[in-house]
Amino acid sequence: MDMQIELKDVSANYQIGPIRKPNVLNSVNLTIESGTFTALIGRTGAGKSSLLKTLNGLLLPSEGSIRVGNTVIKSSNQKDAIRKIRKQVGMVFQFPESQLFAETVEKDICFGPLNFGVPLEEAKEKAKKVIDLVGLEPSILSKSPFSLSGGQKRRVAIAGILAMEPSVLVLDEPGAGLDPQGKKEIMSLISTWHQQEGLTTILVTHDMEDVALYADRVILMDQGKILKYEKTKKIFSDTDLLESWGLEIPQARHYQRRIEQETGIKLPNVCLTLEELADALVAVGLV
Amino acid sequence: MDVSFQLREGEWTALIGHNGSGKSTLANLLVGLLQLDEGKIKLNGSITKKEQSFEHIGIVFQNPENQFIGTTVEDDVAFGLENINMSYEEMRERVDKALLDVDMLDYRMADPSQLSGGQKQRVAIAGMLALEPKVLILDEAFVMLDPRSRKELMATIRKLTNKGMTILSITHDMEEAAHADKVMVMERGRIKTVDSPSQLFFSDSTLEKPFAEKLREALKSRKRKVPDKYMTEEEMVLWICKSN
Amino acid sequence: MNKLILGRYFPGESWLHQLDARAKMISVVLLIAMLFIANNWLAYLFLWLITLFIMHLSQVPFHTYVRGVKPMIWLILFTVMLQVLFTSGSNVYVEWGPITISEYGLINGVFIFSRFVMIVFLSTVLTLTTKPIDLTDGINKLLTPLRLVKVPVDDISIMLSISLRFIPNLLDETQKVMDAQRARGTEFGEGSLFQQMKTLVPIFLPLFASSLNRAEDMANMMDVKGYNSGIKRSTFRRVYWKKQDTWCLCGVFFIGVVTVLLRG
Repeated sequence: MDMQIELKDVSANYQIGPIRKPNVLNSVNLTIESGTFTALIGRTGAGKSSLLKTLNGLLLPSEGSIRVGNTVIKSSNQKDAIRKIRKQVGMVFQFPESQLFAETVEKDICFGPLNFGVPLEEAKEKAKKVIDLVGLEPSILSKSPFSLSGGQKRRVAIAGILAMEPSVLVLDEPGAGLDPQGKKEIMSLISTWHQQEGLTTILVTHDMEDVALYADRVILMDQGKILKYEKTKKIFSDTDLLESWGLEIPQARHYQRRIEQETGIKLPNVCLTLEELADALVAVGLV
Repeated sequence: MDVSFQLREGEWTALIGHNGSGKSTLANLLVGLLQLDEGKIKLNGSITKKEQSFEHIGIVFQNPENQFIGTTVEDDVAFGLENINMSYEEMRERVDKALLDVDMLDYRMADPSQLSGGQKQRVAIAGMLALEPKVLILDEAFVMLDPRSRKELMATIRKLTNKGMTILSITHDMEEAAHADKVMVMERGRIKTVDSPSQLFFSDSTLEKPFAEKLREALKSRKRKVPDKYMTEEEMVLWICKSN
Repeated sequence: MNKLILGRYFPGESWLHQLDARAKMISVVLLIAMLFIANNWLAYLFLWLITLFIMHLSQVPFHTYVRGVKPMIWLILFTVMLQVLFTSGSNVYVEWGPITISEYGLINGVFIFSRFVMIVFLSTVLTLTTKPIDLTDGINKLLTPLRLVKVPVDDISIMLSISLRFIPNLLDETQKVMDAQRARGTEFGEGSLFQQMKTLVPIFLPLFASSLNRAEDMANMMDVKGYNSGIKRSTFRRVYWKKQDTWCLCGVFFIGVVTVLLRG
C-alpha cells in the first residue's frame, strides 16, 4: 500500500487556553517515502516526540498540514480523518508495556482492532498472528499481562499495535530500559516486520548503532526544526556537526575518525559498522 | 547461594551475569532488603544484622524517578540523615558535602521535574553518600539513562573511586564493565569468575565483547597480524598508528 | 484540570505569601468559624470588608478568585434557593403551595451566599499564597502535639509530601496513557455515560499498576535509608515563625472579638 507521509509547513504547540506556549514544531517540511526505514534523532527536547504525535493526530498542527497516504490532517479537528490515520499509523510509545490493562493478553491485543470496528472473531485471529510475529508462544494469549516479564510485556504491547495492521509503524525508543540482548531481539524483530510486512518504519532513538544498522535515511531535529534529512551514510560523514549537537556517533565511525586523525590516512568510505571498518582498514593497508 | 568475594577500597568492581544468575538477589541481600532463608552474611568477618546493613552499604537502583522522595534535591539527600535523627547542623554539612561529591551542589534547590535522569541518579548517590557507607552498589543504575546522562554518571563514579569509594556495579552493559577495575561473573547463584576486564573479555567467548576487542577479532579473522591479547580503544588506536 | 483554582499556588511576594503557613492555616480556620458566629447585617458587612481586604493583600487578581468560585456556583445557588423559597418567618411576601418567600428567608439566603463565597475566597487565599510543601510542613508542625497520643504524625507527613511530589508525575503519566490508548482508537468524553466510564478502565488500570510499582521501589529505598514507622527522626526542612505571623494572629483575634461584639 502506498503510504507516503508528507508534512507541509507544520507548526505546533501544546497551548490550551489563553496562556501562550512556545512552538514545539516550527515550519516543518518533510516527505517520507512509502516502505522506507527512517531514523529520527536529536537531543532531548528537540521535538522528536512532538513530530511523532502529529503523524497520528495526537498533536494537531497550529499551522500547515500532515498527509499520510490519502488522508490529510489540518488544524481543525476532523474526527474522521484522525480516526483513519490512527488506524494506518501504528504508534509504539516509550515503555509501551505501561499501557497494558486487559484481563488477558488476547483481550489487550484485540483492544485496538475492536476499537476500529473489526469483528471479535477476526480480531482474535489477528491476535494469534501477531503473537507469533513478536516471537511469543500462543499459550501466552490466555495469561494476564501483569504476570509477564518486562520483555514479554513489551512484546505484547507492540503486538497490540501490529494487530491493527497499520501501514506505518512509528516507534519511540523501543529498546529503552532493556538489557543488550533484549534490545537486539526487539530491533531485529522490527527489521523483520519492516521487510516482511512492508511497513514504513520511523524510529526515534539515541542508539546510533541501531541507526547505522537499520535506517535508510535519518532526520536530525533540533528546537522543533529539521536540520538534516539525509541518507544514513551521509549524515554520519560530518561527525563534528553531530557532536556539536550533543549526539553520539556509531562506534565504528568514532574509531575511523580517531584512526584517520592519528595516522593522517583517510579510509576509502564512511564506516558505520564493525565489518565495514575492518574491511576499510585492510583495504588501505593500515593493518 | 554460596558466594564469597572481596572488594578493595577505591576499586570499581562490575558484577555481570545473565538474568536469573542471582545478581540482584545478591545486592538485595547485602542491603537487607531480602531476608535470608538460611545461612548468614558476613561483612569483614562479622555476621551482620539487618539494621547494620545500611550503615555500611549504600545502593542506587534502576529507576531515577522512583528513588526521589524529597521535594527538592537537598531534601532528598537529607532523608536518610533525618531517619537517624541527626542534628540540623550536621545534616547541613553532610548534605552539602555529598552534593559537592556528585557535582550537584548548584542544583540543591531544584525539584525533580527540572532534572535529567542522570542528575536524579547522582542525587540518589548523594543521598547514599551522606550516610557515609563503605561500599556503594549500583544496581543497573545506567539502564534507563540516555547516552549523555550515562557519560556524566560514569565520570561521577570514576571521581568517587578516585576519592576512595568502593563501587560494586551490577550491569549488563559490557562497555560499562570494561571500564571497571575488576569484573565478577555470576551464574546460578555462584561466582564463576573474577578477573580484570582485559583477561575476562579475552578468554571468555560467551560474553559480548567491547568494540575494540571485537575489532581485534574481526581483523584476526581477516588474517591480519593483530597482537594476541585483549586491547582497549587506546591500545588499538596506538597499535594501528605504530604500525605505520 | 486547568479550571481548578482552589489548590493552585500563585507565585508572588505579597505580605501574605511571606507569612508562615501555620499562621495562615489557623487564621483561615478561625475566620471561617467567625462566619458562623456572625448573624446580622453589620457583622457580615464587616466580614466582607475583611475578606476583600485580605484578598487584596494577596496581590492575586480578583477574577482569579471569581474563577475559583465558578465550579461551585450551582451548589451555592441551590442552597440559597432552598433558603429563599422554603423558609417562613417575619414578613411573608409570597405564599404559593410549598413555596414560602419571607423576609427572613431572603436575608438568610444572602447570609448563606456570603458565607459560602467567603469560605471559598478565604480557602483560596490560603492555597494561592502558600506552596503545597509549606502547607505540609505547617501541618506536620501543627500535628506535633498529637504524637503524645500516638498518632503517626511522621508517617502522615511523609505520605502527604510524597503524594505532592508525585502529582506532576501522575499528571504526566495520565497524559501518556491517554495518548497511547487514543493511538489504539479510543476516544474519551464521547458517547453515553456508561461508554465514557468504560474508557476510563484502560487509563485507570495502567496507572494503578505503575503506582504500585513505584510504591514498591520507593519503599525499598526508604527501607535501605533506615526509615521505620515510629522512629524518632529529625527534620531537615525548617519553618520559621516570625513577628509578622504573631501580628497576623493578633489581627485575626481582634477581628474575632469585633464579630462577637457585633452579634445581635
